[in-house]
Amino acid sequence: MFRHLPLILKNSWRNRRRTLLTILSVGVSLCLLGILMAIYHAFYFSEPNASQALRLVTRNKVSLAFPMPQSYREKIRQIPGVQEVGISQWFGGVYIDRRPEHMFARFAVEPDKIFTIHGEMTIPEDQKKAFQQERTACIAGRPLAEKYNWHLGERITLQGDIFPVTLELTLRGVFEHADNPEVLYFSREYLEESLPLGRRGNAGTFNILARSTEDVPRIEKAVDEQFSNSPVQTKTETESAFSLSFVAFLGNIKAFLLSVCAAVTFTIVLVSANTIAMSVRERVREVGVLKTLGYTRGAILGIILGEAVTISLVGGVLGVGLATLLAGVVRHAPAFILQLRMLTIGLPVAALCLLVAALIGLVSAFVPAFQASRISIMEALRKAD
Amino acid sequence: MAIPLAYNFRNLVVRKTTTIMTALGIALTVAVLLAILALVNGLRTALSATGDPRHVLVLRKGSEAELTSNMERGAFQVIKFKPGIAQSKSGEPLASLEIVTVINLTSVDAPDGINVTLRGLTPEGVELREQLKLVAGRWFETGKREVVVGQSIVKRFPGAQLGSKLRFGRGDWDIVGVMSAGQSAVNSEIFADLNQVSSDFQRSEVLSSALLRATDVVAADALIKDLSSDQRLNVSALSEKEYYARQTISALPIQFLGIFVSVIMAVGSGFAAMNTMYAAVARRSQEIGTLRVLGFSRGSILLSFFLESVLLSALGGLIGCLLVLPLNGVTTGIGNFVTFSETSFNLRVTPLIMAYGVAFAMLLGAFGGLFPARMAAKKEILVALREL
Repeated sequence: MFRHLPLILKNSWRNRRRTLLTILSVGVSLCLLGILMAIYHAFYFSEPNASQALRLVTRNKVSLAFPMPQSYREKIRQIPGVQEVGISQWFGGVYIDRRPEHMFARFAVEPDKIFTIHGEMTIPEDQKKAFQQERTACIAGRPLAEKYNWHLGERITLQGDIFPVTLELTLRGVFEHADNPEVLYFSREYLEESLPLGRRGNAGTFNILARSTEDVPRIEKAVDEQFSNSPVQTKTETESAFSLSFVAFLGNIKAFLLSVCAAVTFTIVLVSANTIAMSVRERVREVGVLKTLGYTRGAILGIILGEAVTISLVGGVLGVGLATLLAGVVRHAPAFILQLRMLTIGLPVAALCLLVAALIGLVSAFVPAFQASRISIMEALRKAD
Repeated sequence: MAIPLAYNFRNLVVRKTTTIMTALGIALTVAVLLAILALVNGLRTALSATGDPRHVLVLRKGSEAELTSNMERGAFQVIKFKPGIAQSKSGEPLASLEIVTVINLTSVDAPDGINVTLRGLTPEGVELREQLKLVAGRWFETGKREVVVGQSIVKRFPGAQLGSKLRFGRGDWDIVGVMSAGQSAVNSEIFADLNQVSSDFQRSEVLSSALLRATDVVAADALIKDLSSDQRLNVSALSEKEYYARQTISALPIQFLGIFVSVIMAVGSGFAAMNTMYAAVARRSQEIGTLRVLGFSRGSILLSFFLESVLLSALGGLIGCLLVLPLNGVTTGIGNFVTFSETSFNLRVTPLIMAYGVAFAMLLGAFGGLFPARMAAKKEILVALREL
């Protein structure tokens, strides 16, 4: 087939407009396919990074919306393999007003534990100290601080909705955290003291840091077994599984992604098949000439299939390129989903995309190519159009 | 003078294979869009069918949802005797103190369980919801561990059938009835006795919210103002309809994703349609020349090819509608960010969204057809006639 490569290339470039339009059409669709596959890959196949792999999250079995007693923390700490465990409480609340652009994640955490559990977080030592010593201090991720143009010492007022309190916080530090940059952390002690007595002593989630990855599955089981006969039962899972449970809450995303991928693939096959069929139809006489010159059926089949594969592969490369750009946009989407924060078109996804492109070329061109290779010389030469 | 549309129809019929392939490509694009619209539409219908304009929902000030709201029995005693509240058959005010919480039910598709809203309420609460009908069984009795489940729950959870038991709170509960409330979100809730539920969840004094029935819509407005401005109570009141209408935001992520996907697919199919139309123009060069000789103007040629492209994509749009039609009425559920539980609803493929789909397809066809049509119109007569 490579012998015919120059001919294939010449043929593909003959009707430039058609080839370009086909490449664009296939490229745009494959870009979509690429991004959907990357999302699927990130959700269901990706390996968590080293520090994520050591973290687990324990929540109330019924729903994240319900708290657990804070006394569970000491019981969890005694489970073998647990290095550290800290309480993290989603605060919700209102900053300035209820508009979506003023919505970001706010957590009440334990300042003496958070930096151990999230070891990859970096913050200047003096800011860390300030956060740990002042009850009303808070720290923010760099992108968040830049978005609101907050400076150290900034007063930040959060009006509670889940909790009937208003918190007056002072920004004492700005941290860097690649996985979870747009977050505000403040001291849980301050929240507890502000709450009415009846609502104190609760924990939204427990964040656990395991000593080693071998300990993780064991801890996962041990925590839930520990509380299986308590009035408040727990559900413990790895940090990435916890993040995925938000995705699952949105609906059957797996089925959604798969069915859209199927629809997109089928559309590309149609587009590509249509183009190849059009160009073959216009070139029936040429096929006759080639046959007269001694080209075999196999060669003709190869030339036409080669043209289709070339076009869709170029479309595939374009698609992967576009998808890489688009992944950058998705990374910055305001979704609290860990996996989307790190979305990239990795090598496996890019390779799969190109493989799909090549297959689409083959499948879509097969019928017209096969018909053209089977046509008799006389019939082909006689075709007027 | 315009070239008759029949000419375009016949051309589409003559180039069967190309027409069908291009139309199918467009059809799939439209189908993806319509499936998403059907989902959003279904959810919106379910939520907007919930609530009565005369109903007033009372929450703790600052709280946006029944789930995060608190209401003490003492405050309810004040609220209950506010003017403008209708009376029940027995002469009691139609006011219902309720506890709303979430329980986790497992099903075959969701071994980890799906959250469902559990509502504890009094007989007044059942009476004031006029839409509510029993489909099977009977209502729960006060003081008994009995529940009545919404009809969507019965469909989605094989373990939640009439006569079986549910395990939550401190033990087993008997399912004694199945209720229906038209298309509304109540279909995905579970109702039980207020005091039983609140004692199981250790919240006997602090419940969630109150639902009131005003004597009429005007009284409802006055009641909302009265309650919201009462400093002693520290509550916010809103119309029940408004409360449910706000929950449609839960469909926003899916809606956004769906529109994003369909727009990209549309760009792809737009290029494909353009390709088909360019091929059509190239093949029919002689015809174009002949039409011009017969006296049709450049404008008519432009219009004719443009319309052909729109016609082609409208066909695609119609096929797309047919493809999603089987989805109509399929029951599905979506996580609701206000109630923290699942709201079940039926996908709804209505004539309106089908019209949107066809319009979307035609827009796409217009984009794909404009340039080829311009090329056709620009051809010189002699060149066109001579082209093979």
